Amino acid sequence: MSRIGYRRLVAVALVAGIGLASAACSSDDKKDDPGTKSSSSSSSAGTPLDPKTKVSITVDCEPPTTKKAERQQWIDDVAEFNKTYPNVTINSKDAFPCEDPAKFTAQLQGSSQADTFYTYMTDLQQVLDAGQAEDISAYVNDKTVPNLKDIDPNVLNVLKDGGKLYGLPTSNYEMGLIYNRKIFADAGLDPNKPPTTWDEVRQDAKVIQDKLGSKGIHGFIENAGGNQGGWHFTSELYGLGGTMVDDSGKKATFNDDNAKTLLTTLHDMRWTDNSMPATPGKEWGDVQKAMGTGQVGMYVGAPDDIPLVVQQYKADYKNLGMAPIPGGKTSLFGGNDYMFKKGSSPDQIKAGIAWINFKFLTPGKGQFNYTRNKTDGLPVGLPEPFFFTGASKDKDNQLKAASATIPVDNFKTYVDTQVPVKPEPPNAQKIYTVLDTVMSGVLTNKGADIDKLLSTAESQVNSLLAASQ
Amino acid sequence: MAATTVPEKSSRRHAGRPVGQPDGTQHRSGLSRKVRSNIQAYGFLIGAIVCFGFFSWYPMVREFIMSFQRTKRGVTTWVGFDNLKQVYHDPYFWTAWRNTLQFTVYALIIGFIVPFFVAILLNELRHAQAYLRILVYLPVMLPPVAGVLLFKYFYNPEYGLFNHILKTLHLPTSQWLDSSHTAMISVVIAATWMSMGSATLIYLAALQNIPGELYEAADLDGAGLFSKIWHVTIPQTRMVLSLMLLLQIVATMQEFTNVYLLTGGNGPENSTTTVVYMVYQYAFRYNNFGSAAALGLFLLLVLAGFSGLYSRLSRNSD
Repeated sequence: MSRIGYRRLVAVALVAGIGLASAACSSDDKKDDPGTKSSSSSSSAGTPLDPKTKVSITVDCEPPTTKKAERQQWIDDVAEFNKTYPNVTINSKDAFPCEDPAKFTAQLQGSSQADTFYTYMTDLQQVLDAGQAEDISAYVNDKTVPNLKDIDPNVLNVLKDGGKLYGLPTSNYEMGLIYNRKIFADAGLDPNKPPTTWDEVRQDAKVIQDKLGSKGIHGFIENAGGNQGGWHFTSELYGLGGTMVDDSGKKATFNDDNAKTLLTTLHDMRWTDNSMPATPGKEWGDVQKAMGTGQVGMYVGAPDDIPLVVQQYKADYKNLGMAPIPGGKTSLFGGNDYMFKKGSSPDQIKAGIAWINFKFLTPGKGQFNYTRNKTDGLPVGLPEPFFFTGASKDKDNQLKAASATIPVDNFKTYVDTQVPVKPEPPNAQKIYTVLDTVMSGVLTNKGADIDKLLSTAESQVNSLLAASQ
Repeated sequence: MAATTVPEKSSRRHAGRPVGQPDGTQHRSGLSRKVRSNIQAYGFLIGAIVCFGFFSWYPMVREFIMSFQRTKRGVTTWVGFDNLKQVYHDPYFWTAWRNTLQFTVYALIIGFIVPFFVAILLNELRHAQAYLRILVYLPVMLPPVAGVLLFKYFYNPEYGLFNHILKTLHLPTSQWLDSSHTAMISVVIAATWMSMGSATLIYLAALQNIPGELYEAADLDGAGLFSKIWHVTIPQTRMVLSLMLLLQIVATMQEFTNVYLLTGGNGPENSTTTVVYMVYQYAFRYNNFGSAAALGLFLLLVLAGFSGLYSRLSRNSD
């Protein structure tokens, strides 16, 4: 091409570049104007959705086709919901898992999430930072959500920011110790007496290793990567009564005797007793797989792991049990919820609330239709969700007991032991990344210097917290 | 095309107005003729320009802008150099750069030299060369995730193939991906195995273009094998080698897939945290796209430096 042509091409490219940049800036300008599409100021926000209202919403987390029973239940529930609200169109979006954090982040950036979208309870700040959550405080009351008064206020508080409510819960859990009762029995341990302290965990893990190690079975497994290591460290430290950050959220507080005791125990289990596998969990799903395939006796986890290890790895419910978090001082809690896309119309928000109320917050209906779950071969009797209190809790327990399909006694100590719950620390994911290093140091390095690992992590977390202010 | 050449040169000398074209009408008609004569070429170019513009240049412009912005509560503000400062002061900033450079050096030692010598070996073979070429190229055809899963099994300290072989030979076993001392080299070995086929074939093509007379002359001069490689093979393939070196540096400094899939990203005690994995973490774990863009800008500058260096070296050598 001629030189003059090059210059023209460069000029065109430059103009196009400036144009694109302007477009980029202008898209930001739109984003910079929060609340222009907000509809939360509607004067009739507090009234339930008029059954005659014609509105269409997208809702995600429909079970995938591979989960036939759950999928059919969802379809049936939409049909049932449409008997009351015939003009509401629910466009369901299936996904498994319901939230992939990386994809979810991208969706928030592109504002392409569903109108009523599934989140983890710890996602609130991320969604708010992306400017993608609608304030639903004015829409939620005892008329729109009749069982609102019976929902644990601690759970609702996790979904609030600055006194405003941004989501409704669909499930919650607290961390505990998941164990294989058959492995316990095979190793000569009493499956009805799971360990309650870290000393007992170490002791039982060693017994399992000594008795069943030759069959490739390990006593205990722990995570060390994918932020799962940090998450588990936090859960285990909470169990011992420790804390991660101070009340201001600006200073790390985890470098204490509890943490040193915990890490020393884990280190000794890995390197002295050899009661842990040489490869720790590196991402979500690794420890669940080890439990589901009968390769480990115990790990720290949440009760929603149990259906996963049964359905995906063909474990048997009767062989699985759950105990409170070792130490039992406090337990990390979390869960799932639905939020509402910024810019949704009042009717879309009302329709979303009506659907969540029907599907997830009414004993005897939707996810709490235990009779149907039993008929469909789904587990009934798991210790979650447990966000109901008062009359709703009593009714839920009664319905659950009447249709239980799994041995509820396997979870009795977990349910009966009232461990006070504690939410995840602020900036949890950043803290977990740093603590992954501590866990991987202990679990992959025989000569790990625990004091140094903790003090380095402490200063790194303090730097991250300072930068986040 | 020749007819348009003269006024172009003139236009350069006379700052915009070609000699013999006193008014704009003739200039415009010349231009229009030029556009007409190249209309097909422009037509073919449009698709590429739109694709590059939309998928490469626009994201680059956007990334540059975002590295000076921060979004909180849906409000985007200009923050000057704050993002750059934040990533610079990140506790893992230097760890990630050290690991990235370590990966690049290992990848050059193993991933650059090994395929070259495999190509020399293949070039010297007189029989079964075609079959061996296919064998060498086979791993490239394997989906990367399948290759990674294979190596995950090979590296497992308890039941993996590598430790099994070492045990059989009564040699000490290794923790492979589960030790901060061996994780990175293990990733490089897997990455090299999965990608060396393409490099080998490119080197082989370059080797086959070397005139046989040069080797005959070297033989007459009494050159041995290594002398022939040093004085004939390497100088004759210098252009390909230097191009591949640059491409390999650029590619390995952007390493993400293998460390993410093999070690979960960070690896034991952050031994495999690379710069691009850190960019991923900022964007998709911390939802901090401003800092992710800022770190990407650092990487862009370093890679641009390498490209500039390559360009300068290749000009000098010409």
